[in-house]
Amino acid sequence: MKNKEPLILAVVVFFTLATYYLVEPFAHSIMHKHFESEGFAYKDLPAITKKGNVARGKELVMGAGACTGCHAITSQGLEAPMNAVTAARSYGVNPPDLSNAGAVYDAKFLDALIKNPAHALMVEHKFTPESGKSYPMPKFYGAGGNMDQEVADMVAYLQSIAPKADKLTPAMAFETACGRCHAVRYEKWTQIGEKPEYKKKRDELEFNIRVLDYQDSLAKYMGTLPPDLSIYIRSRGEHYIKTFVENPQQYLKGTAMPRVGVNAEAADKVIEYLEDSGDTKRHERESVGKNVMIYIIIFAIFALLWKREVWRDLH
Amino acid sequence: MAHFTKATSIKDWLNQRLAIEKVEKVMASEYWIPKNINFLWAMGMVLVITFTFLLVSGIFLLMYYQPNVDLAFDSVNYTIMREVDFGWLWRNVHGVAASVVFLIIYIHMFTAIYYGSYKKGREMIWISGMLLFVAFSAEAFSGYMLPWGQMSYWAGMVITNLFSGGSLHADGLVEWIRGDYVPAQAFLSRFFMLHVLLIPVAILGLIGLHFGALRIPHVNNQDGEEIDFDKESKKYLAGDKAGSKVIRFANDFMSKDMLVVAIYLVFFFYLVFYHYGFAMDPVNFDPANGLKTPTHIYPEWYFLWSYEILRPFSTNIGLMAFAFAQVIFMMLPFLDRSPNTVPASRRGLFKYWFWAMLIDMIILTAMGKVPPIEPFGTIGFYAALTFIGLWIALPIITMFEKKA
Ligand code: HEC
Ligand code: HEC
Repeated sequence: MKNKEPLILAVVVFFTLATYYLVEPFAHSIMHKHFESEGFAYKDLPAITKKGNVARGKELVMGAGACTGCHAITSQGLEAPMNAVTAARSYGVNPPDLSNAGAVYDAKFLDALIKNPAHALMVEHKFTPESGKSYPMPKFYGAGGNMDQEVADMVAYLQSIAPKADKLTPAMAFETACGRCHAVRYEKWTQIGEKPEYKKKRDELEFNIRVLDYQDSLAKYMGTLPPDLSIYIRSRGEHYIKTFVENPQQYLKGTAMPRVGVNAEAADKVIEYLEDSGDTKRHERESVGKNVMIYIIIFAIFALLWKREVWRDLH
Repeated sequence: MAHFTKATSIKDWLNQRLAIEKVEKVMASEYWIPKNINFLWAMGMVLVITFTFLLVSGIFLLMYYQPNVDLAFDSVNYTIMREVDFGWLWRNVHGVAASVVFLIIYIHMFTAIYYGSYKKGREMIWISGMLLFVAFSAEAFSGYMLPWGQMSYWAGMVITNLFSGGSLHADGLVEWIRGDYVPAQAFLSRFFMLHVLLIPVAILGLIGLHFGALRIPHVNNQDGEEIDFDKESKKYLAGDKAGSKVIRFANDFMSKDMLVVAIYLVFFFYLVFYHYGFAMDPVNFDPANGLKTPTHIYPEWYFLWSYEILRPFSTNIGLMAFAFAQVIFMMLPFLDRSPNTVPASRRGLFKYWFWAMLIDMIILTAMGKVPPIEPFGTIGFYAALTFIGLWIALPIITMFEKKA
């Protein structure tokens, strides 16, 4: 009698894969919009034409640009003028510390942001003249000289004080780009900073109240409280998060989440941070996985030898 | 009282009290299996192994899981996935096994249908098997509630709603099942109880029944041959192993079982470590939120075919079709009117019936997942009609089947 097992196996595998294909890749392609990343190129924004001057940029950031009137630059010893909760009461959100801004944000984006924040952030729909609201960070109208040059100077300054790309940690990238809006409770991150370990219950409650106050202002400003991103790496996946951050409007038309303007390296760091939070054991999974696979294959070889041995007399 | 003598060895001591030699014979060395069976007959062992994985990983998960609506989600996604050593491994094993076990059950079922292993004395094997399918379905559904994510909550909502019976408006029954108007703490607690106690106990009992049901009729074989087990086993014991049509369960068949199990485990652990996403829906990684309905609500893949039988019709007809789909497989031994216990390939029209049923169920499965937009709505509708039609046709086509 001919051995039919290979044929049977082929049939089983075929129907299994067909079912898998239909309920997974196929069904998801129907259910979800799919956008390809543009590599964080921000093609809609004009390129920087001028070469920036760091020293001049520093003067502008501290002076005419008024950046430090709202933002901290702690790496340069400049504390925020207000604490996070008070700032959120005025602006809706705490302006981010600019120490790492030059490393996190794309240069072209920073340039466009300073000239017209709401436009660069793609939130103009929220701040129309009819709405009566204006974006909390003012447009920079120039300090009397060539405006393009002045902005390029400020960008150059921000880049000069920022850590080099290889010194930028995932947490730094996340805190600068997303941390003022999104909590990540699995990493103990709240919108007003990392939650310390408190010995006294009372101190902890006070901290929690400050977080709640902040979130109240934030929710009012955004129209909704931005979600905790602890395991968004599992619920949304890397591709979605990256392309969403690159252009939130393409997925959620009219959403309050701004296009934050991170560069490609910082986006990878943000993803790494979210993986540390929501897929913490991925390295262990890889290494244990490899060992288990080797073990099982050896087991399968022994199983084959045993079967041969036992069946030798049966044929 | 029986007569006991001073034991000569530990084995003898046990033998006098537990008859272990006899048990070993009955269960293994003289439990006779036909020789002409292929690897599909090892699916039972594959199921036993998978169920064992579920049980063991479940015990580990149970030590850290918190059945409380405020804590459940983080006890799974934070405590088990991050804090507990190898908690992630137990969860991946549990999740993947829960999904793969249904793939194997379906293969096992369709094997039985193809070879006619539900007829001529094997009806109880089939019926106990279908009861196991029902119990596993309940186990899977209740387990799916426990992480208390968005899909847990909304699938729980949708499925328990079915019990209102459409225009019967049995809302009281739905509330009774949920213990509340909506899925909440009472709901989670009782599904937790069902998942870790009542249904597993039922499953263990049914597995016993399923194995017991095999004893008298023996397992079927791939050629539809009627084997005289007494005669053939004597031949085997007399030394004509090659000439006998039967083999011992252990080690003869067991060695083949283990080979299939080993190959299966390569596949299984590949999924556990490198491709587990299909078994843990992304939507369920958002915490349950009764105020925010997910865009797409769908059950796990193994329920999709019956879900799709419900969906294309109006509420009442849909529910009737759904109820039909739930019980009809159980009736198979009585709906198949042909006396032939041979592979479908030798059974005339039944051969086409088999493949049509398989393909139709795969189409239903696919259409159950995608949103009911065109053309999927129409495809799903006709696939559901085909399913019902095939079952109505079954007694007729098998009645006229020629003796093979
Ligand atoms: C009146 C206060 C104010 C001033 C002045 C100000 N900012 Fe801002 N800035 C904000 C606020 C508030 C936000 C956060 C807004 C939000 O998230 O919606 C912000 C956000 C930013 C961001 C993050 C944007 C993103 O992509 O998420 C950068 C970078 C930035 N400011 C740089 C600057 C620079 C450079 C200057 C000086 C030219 C400046 N800001 C001046 C209030 C201010
Ligand atoms: C100025 C506040 C703000 C900043 C900064 C911000 N977000 Fe958001 N984000 C939001 C808001 C508000 C929502 C809710 C959007 C909605 O539901 O329309 C949101 C939603 C999201 C979502 C969920 C989208 C979905 O499909 O539901 C993701 C993922 C996300 N943000 C990631 C990020 C990442 C990563 C960063 C940093 C690179 C970031 N966000 C920075 C405000 C912000």
